[in-house]
Amino acid sequence: MIKRPGLASMLAVYRRELLAYVTTPTAYVFVAVFLFAIGLFTFQIGGFFAERRADLSAFFAYHPWLFMIFLPAIAMRLWAEESRSGALELLLTLPAPTWSLVVGKFLAAWSVAGVALLLTAPLWITVNILGSPDNAAIFTAYLASLLMAGAYIAIGSAMSALTQAQIVAFVLAVLISFLLTALGLPMVLDFFSGMIGGGMAEAIARFSLLHHFDAAQRGVVEFRSVFYFLTVIALSLGCTVLAVDARRGG
Amino acid sequence: MLLQVEGLRKTFGRRVAVDGIGFSLDVGEIVGFLGPNGAGKTTTMRMIAGYLEPDDGAAKIFNIDVAQERRRVQERVGYLPEGAPLYGEMTPWSFLRFIAEARGMTREAARHAVRRAAQDARLGDSIERPIETLSKGYRRRVGFAAALLHDPMLLILDEPTDGLDPNQRHAVRDLIKKLGEDRGLIISTHMLEEVEAVCTRAILIDRGRIVADDTPQALIEKHGSLEMAFTALTGGEERA
Repeated sequence: MIKRPGLASMLAVYRRELLAYVTTPTAYVFVAVFLFAIGLFTFQIGGFFAERRADLSAFFAYHPWLFMIFLPAIAMRLWAEESRSGALELLLTLPAPTWSLVVGKFLAAWSVAGVALLLTAPLWITVNILGSPDNAAIFTAYLASLLMAGAYIAIGSAMSALTQAQIVAFVLAVLISFLLTALGLPMVLDFFSGMIGGGMAEAIARFSLLHHFDAAQRGVVEFRSVFYFLTVIALSLGCTVLAVDARRGG
Repeated sequence: MLLQVEGLRKTFGRRVAVDGIGFSLDVGEIVGFLGPNGAGKTTTMRMIAGYLEPDDGAAKIFNIDVAQERRRVQERVGYLPEGAPLYGEMTPWSFLRFIAEARGMTREAARHAVRRAAQDARLGDSIERPIETLSKGYRRRVGFAAALLHDPMLLILDEPTDGLDPNQRHAVRDLIKKLGEDRGLIISTHMLEEVEAVCTRAILIDRGRIVADDTPQALIEKHGSLEMAFTALTGGEERA
């Protein structure tokens, strides 16, 4: 009757979390506000029409900055809510390895982010009507964006496992996400190269989500960027497992 | 022997919550944990259920130590946490399906197990309503059903009748008695008459230690009543 319990519990947790997202209003609100914000940035601030170019660079450029706020909001409830409500005790008395719970929850939140990205497709269709963009490059940028979203959500999940208060999880996750993103800003890099030299500043930039997303949104997928995003996801989920297991220690 | 607990110990910071608890339990026994708040009842139950790791000692179910093979023990234990936390937005049906599938059951087996557990816990026809709209007594029974899904040999119920009205309490007690016939049960409670009514054994815990382990009848004979036993053995005065 019991087969590969890790996988089974991961799928069960994934389905339950997804159900929790679709049956409570929070996810809808965040996705709606995200879509509104990305539209605002793309058209008003990014000057999508003023550019008069059939590409989505004005759209993708804002992804890291919007993800940084919205994805911690999606991820903040993952673990904080469980320990606040006491349901964590239910999860941790299941004969399931901790990673299966952590990965199941992460995948559910990531799916919500994926749906939000999918809902921006009309923009992609629009540029195809207005001109003939490089669709392969746009597809690549979407993939990179999805990977990057995974990294932000994994960070959010780790912060959520550290506290019972969703709002604390949110603030911590935004803070860490901001640091990891802003490290790649020219302004920050200039500051560092003034202090420690250009080479070191360059090295620091490699730890930035922005740095790796920049290359990808030009349509170039570098293996090391994919590797970087996956590493951030794996490390953050590893931290989540540690934080959840620490609860067992008291 | 179904359950064997030896020298179980747990500290939180500098506070010793459980200080060397040991007892054993066989099939057919219903053990009542009694003791003041903060005596270590919940912590002991959490360690046996594999939620907390003991600092020292062992809890073995069919000779499997929870500290070494947590998941194998958890496959054999049903646990109802204090206050029976559930997911309010789910229906009892979808909640129980989730627990069954997270326990590794196939969809078919899960459906079957949910049907059986829902029947055993007498969930009736409210099984498709969101949990948050249901009464406290009903929610407690949903928690029961969740603990019963995998037909565990050992059931651990932390304050199963707390906060219920007399009718609901009565129903839960009947259920406990019935479940205790062919498995082992540990319940914690503050209601002494409950121990008299359902338990075959009472374990009194004070400051992390067992101060008495006997049948309710023997304790009554010795001290006059369970309440007098409780007061005499656990200090009597209230602690901050």
